[in-house]
Amino acid sequence: MSDPSPKPSFGSLLRRPETGSFLGLAAVFLFFTVFGGSNFASLTGAASWLNVAASLGIIAIPIGLLMIAGELDISIGSMVPAGSMTCAIISGHFGLPIAVGVIAALCLGALVGLVNGMLVVRTAVPSFIVTLGTLFAVAGLTLGLSVLITGTTSVSIKAGPEAKFLLGHFIGGIYQVTILWWIAAAIFWGFVLHYSPYGNWILAMGGDKVSARNAGIPTERVTIFLFMCSSMSAAFVGLSQAILYNSAQVSAGQSYIFNAIISVVVGGVLLTGGYGSVVGIVLGTLTFAIVNQGIYYTPFDANWASLIIGVLLLVAVLMNNTFRRMALSYTPSRKVK
Amino acid sequence: MPTPLLTLQGINKSFGPIDVLHDINLEVYPGEVLCLLGDNGAGKSTLIRLLSGVHKPTSGTITLAGKPAAFASPRDASNAGIATVHQFGGTFPLMSIGRSFFVGEEPKKGWGPFKTFDRKTANDIAVKAVRDLGITRITDGDRLVGGLSGGERQALAIARAVHFGASVLILDEPTAALGVKEAAHVLRIVLQARQKGIAVIFITHNVVHALTVGDHFAVLIKGAKAADFRKGDKTREEITDLMAGGEQMAELEAEIKSYMSSHPG
Ligand SMILES: Nc1ncnc2c1ncn2[C@@H]1O[C@H](COP(=O)(O)OP(=O)(O)OP(=O)(O)O)[C@@H](O)[C@H]1O
Ligand SMILES: [Mg+2]
Repeated sequence: MSDPSPKPSFGSLLRRPETGSFLGLAAVFLFFTVFGGSNFASLTGAASWLNVAASLGIIAIPIGLLMIAGELDISIGSMVPAGSMTCAIISGHFGLPIAVGVIAALCLGALVGLVNGMLVVRTAVPSFIVTLGTLFAVAGLTLGLSVLITGTTSVSIKAGPEAKFLLGHFIGGIYQVTILWWIAAAIFWGFVLHYSPYGNWILAMGGDKVSARNAGIPTERVTIFLFMCSSMSAAFVGLSQAILYNSAQVSAGQSYIFNAIISVVVGGVLLTGGYGSVVGIVLGTLTFAIVNQGIYYTPFDANWASLIIGVLLLVAVLMNNTFRRMALSYTPSRKVK
Repeated sequence: MPTPLLTLQGINKSFGPIDVLHDINLEVYPGEVLCLLGDNGAGKSTLIRLLSGVHKPTSGTITLAGKPAAFASPRDASNAGIATVHQFGGTFPLMSIGRSFFVGEEPKKGWGPFKTFDRKTANDIAVKAVRDLGITRITDGDRLVGGLSGGERQALAIARAVHFGASVLILDEPTAALGVKEAAHVLRIVLQARQKGIAVIFITHNVVHALTVGDHFAVLIKGAKAADFRKGDKTREEITDLMAGGEQMAELEAEIKSYMSSHPG
């Protein structure tokens, strides 16, 4: 889906960033079907990794887009608990309507993203450092304010049936409704990156920011927009988890940082920017979630999952490099005139 | 006397404490090629960056078609019909030819918020534009730019500027990376643009290329305009000396010769 291509050929397949991640997903799926037995492939088994993939995936896509645009956002690790605490404090502790909590959490996400984006654009400090700063700042703020306001680090929240239905119920008793939000996010971002003209801007910015600006792209506004989207997505995941589990904790998000980056890279996004696809990120997220959860269905100890993920990441990076080289050198039957 | 399309008056540019351009006055006429010449670091690229909206002048005014032009961004300049090929870059290695060509000016199809990037149109126009420049090896707009040779990428950047340069076309050392044949194609394109009534600003270090296309020459030395003359006003030797920043090239060449003869092998 990297480009709406009319005739799939070997060349057009090679040019797609998700080709490698599809192969990786197939391999991992096969592995766990063989070793995980029928439980892994069952509907319940699928739910376990789909649920993990959904909340991770909602964050991984905007993170991936930022990486395609040549930036990185690790402050999401604090934005997930900040989003869920904001929602829980406003709607649980203070008892305001749930919509107020949801909107406040999203606004906080937008604000943190705006700060990230403005700092990156104005100071030209690498976004890793900027968002490392906001990662700690937001974590401290969440902890400090939570204790100050509620006296605890964990707040319960009781959502009404509408909020539960939209954000926090299990479809068929096992599938989190978050999966549908993930699908919606994937369709939205897939349209933005691959079909809308703005996708071209994001790819160009990651390829060569100076040339992109010279070509008339408002690079600063796009950068700020993408940072706002990633922070808001993290806040969204946080608040929907709070509504799902009826409570919010101060520390429940740091794992998202690495997991999202792994999903994005396994999904074929180039670390240096300028190359990647939403389908690839979705496949990468699924791959990660399958390894993460599938291990429990195998006779192996769960500790081995990290080893598999580590190896998978390295293989993915190497494979991405190879595919990219092949894509670059691919010429359709050079006609000599 | 024709009226100038683009006029620069008293342009100064400094980056913090570094003064790069001093009091530049220049007129660019439609249907003419202005060759901007000068040594490395003379300020040529900086001057054209002011015209393409990348930088703003510290002081002085730019007038386009009689109206003052203060470009806040490259987008403003391109909306005013000024297209630029910057010295380095301009293409995106991991994007397809079609997408790279239309960065920032994407052709769209469809309706309302669902407008999509028109890949087919983009590819067709990009491939045709590059082939018009003489790069006939390119047939597939889906190919990635990074797979092209340096000269082919340069041709792609020039083709883009020619396509979007409605009134002013600025080329910063467009022939530097090109082979003899491709350079000739670029010179032909420059002359074609000139014939269409476009004002062309052409930066080069190559005397032959400058003399082939230039109607009007401006020489920068250390950020100041050192000479401004029309075709035929100066001899080739005088132009060469000016391009070398005012050094006597003949003396330099004599020195090289004596060095070569005193250090045989
Ligand atoms: N952004 C900047 N900040 C500080 N100094 C700059 C900046 N851009 C250019 N300069 C300085 O301005 C001077 C002129 O640079 P410019 O790139 O315009 O030269 P040029 O004439 O295009 O040279 P060349 O023929 O090598 O391309 C150089 O000394 C350069 O160091
Ligand atoms: Mg230059």
